[in-house]
Amino acid sequence: MNEVLDIKNWYLENFKGFENSLNGASSGFIHQLRKKAIRSFEDLNFPTTHDEEWKYTNIAPLLMHNFIPSGKATNLSKGDITKFLFDDLNGSLLVFVNGYYVNELSDLRNLPKGVVVQNFASALKENYSIVQKYYGKYADYKNHIFTALSTAFIKDGAFIYVSDGKILNDPIHLLFITSTKNDKILVQPRNLFVAGKNSQFKILEHYVSLDEDTYFTNSVTEIFTDENAIVDHIKLQEESKKAFHIARMEVNQEKSSNFTSHLISLGGGIARNDINSRFNDEGGECMLNGLFLTSGTQLFDVHSMIDHAKPLCNSHEHYKGILDDKSRGVFNGKVMVRRDAQKTNAFQENNNILLSTEALINTKPQLEIFADDVKCSHGATIGQLDADSMFYLKSRGIPEDIARGILIHAFASDVIKYIKIDPIRNYLENILENKFNKN
Amino acid sequence: MLEIKDLHVRIEGKEILKGINLKVNTGEIHAIMGPNGSGKSTLAQVLAGREEYEVTKGEIIFKGKNLLKLSPEDRAREGIFLAFQYPVEIAGVSNTNLLKTALNEARKYRGEEELDAIEFLSLIKEKMKLLEMDQTLLNRSVNEGFSGGEKKKNEIFQMAALEPTLAILDETDSGLDIDALRIVANGVNKLISPERSTIVITHYQRLLNYIVPDFVHVLYKGKIVKSGGKDLALELENKGYDWLKEKNSEPVKS
Repeated sequence: MNEVLDIKNWYLENFKGFENSLNGASSGFIHQLRKKAIRSFEDLNFPTTHDEEWKYTNIAPLLMHNFIPSGKATNLSKGDITKFLFDDLNGSLLVFVNGYYVNELSDLRNLPKGVVVQNFASALKENYSIVQKYYGKYADYKNHIFTALSTAFIKDGAFIYVSDGKILNDPIHLLFITSTKNDKILVQPRNLFVAGKNSQFKILEHYVSLDEDTYFTNSVTEIFTDENAIVDHIKLQEESKKAFHIARMEVNQEKSSNFTSHLISLGGGIARNDINSRFNDEGGECMLNGLFLTSGTQLFDVHSMIDHAKPLCNSHEHYKGILDDKSRGVFNGKVMVRRDAQKTNAFQENNNILLSTEALINTKPQLEIFADDVKCSHGATIGQLDADSMFYLKSRGIPEDIARGILIHAFASDVIKYIKIDPIRNYLENILENKFNKN
Repeated sequence: MLEIKDLHVRIEGKEILKGINLKVNTGEIHAIMGPNGSGKSTLAQVLAGREEYEVTKGEIIFKGKNLLKLSPEDRAREGIFLAFQYPVEIAGVSNTNLLKTALNEARKYRGEEELDAIEFLSLIKEKMKLLEMDQTLLNRSVNEGFSGGEKKKNEIFQMAALEPTLAILDETDSGLDIDALRIVANGVNKLISPERSTIVITHYQRLLNYIVPDFVHVLYKGKIVKSGGKDLALELENKGYDWLKEKNSEPVKS
């Protein structure tokens, strides 16, 4: 317990240094929030497995390190990052290194008037009123220690604002690279995406690392979708297998808005994702899709909550896990249907394949329904690759490793088929067919 | 081509095959008949390499090689094809993907170039025509939502595309109406050549009107109790299996 206290003090001490470094920039509402958040951080405790929401995810290993809050980007060349880019992706590219925007590595395309794609630090200067209106409104720091940590140390991240009626066809690629150079760092990107009425855009939030090192990513993303907006969000997490990845995404959905999330989790030693969406008005659509592949001693955890606060909304949630070796997975999906939320349609499913006898999944679908005229379903399955299918493929001359790849790909296909950005879907299909080859 | 010597096979501790001897020469068609539970499908599965079956005694030589030492995929690439009695449904894997992978793995194994998309497609179209299959089946998941007849046609379609040297048809006729039976049999007959051999496992004589065997064997209680020419099948059709059972010393369970 003392160690945990030491870690808290460590971050509190670091905050003092951080605050001093801000110098004149320490005025304004952002800093007021920082100060409030650090007080919350001080009051809150790091979760243990005694907390219901963290029952199967023990973060003790995370608290054994004194991670140093990253203060700047390290120098990288364009050559260092090409392997993380997709050839046929034509939208704007924003590159962040260790949490900080690097203009030289980024590629901002011409955008229509009324569309802003920039880093958070710039948005604070150039689009202060929009930031002030939405920032910190959806990701509550008072009850979440990791969000408190993020809010206290906020410096940079991605900011997207698409005003009413604007449509972006090409997806925006947000590339978060960690390059530790042997330092144990804490990287905290903080993202804010605002979709105006009738607007549409697609985002790829992409986490990678240059070194297979130990570090800590703590990201928070807030998304506001106004009336009739369509937002398609893909998160591709390919961090170091030794890294800690704690992420939270909070989505606010206004009338008839349509939000889709695809979470593809491949990396991280411990990867915890909190994904929450709230229907703030009628007619909304929310799809939460996810696929996680774990091996070695990786631990993947997704906690989601879809809050049907208003009537006539549809939600569709489907997470699939493929677990190998001694890896572990946690799925906890909560669907809340409040008393007023009549004519709610909510579907939730979690399917898992265990490829080894030592892999483990804890799955917990939760429906809380307070309305009486709704259609809700949920289900969870845990299984192995089907032996009959395997033999059938082999009897056609297909070797075991390729047959495994085909069956794993087939298992994942009904999640990844919804990814509408071809280069990303192709990239995933390739990974799926090859990752579990034992040769 | 194939020689089975004194084959004993067990599954879950129960002995199913109790000393099978069978020799299939190149170009021959052999029919294996017998009542339910006699071990016909076990023999087919063992030949294809299903791991659940334990070979306790005997050997199988295929083209001079010890078949029992080969993995299922190597047996297939050496030229064995089993048309399943119950074809497996595989959601999310298209027929095209299965066939293309299988064909190219076989070609790689033989040291040949892989087929390109156009070559593959023209081959596939030709074989589909042979079996009067609808092309939309190509993009559908393997056997998923197929009718019984479509599944059996799909097996023979795969066989036609893979061109095995030893084809084993396990109750391919069961559940087929007369039109489907004719189409399936026609597909099988198109493949018959002096270089290939076929083992037809069936319950009924009906299929043998279309695929005419050189030899007929009766499998009963894990042993071949009688062998003969194609006339034996007709005799079985008329007299049933009981006269063979009586000749067997052990009592028969119904």
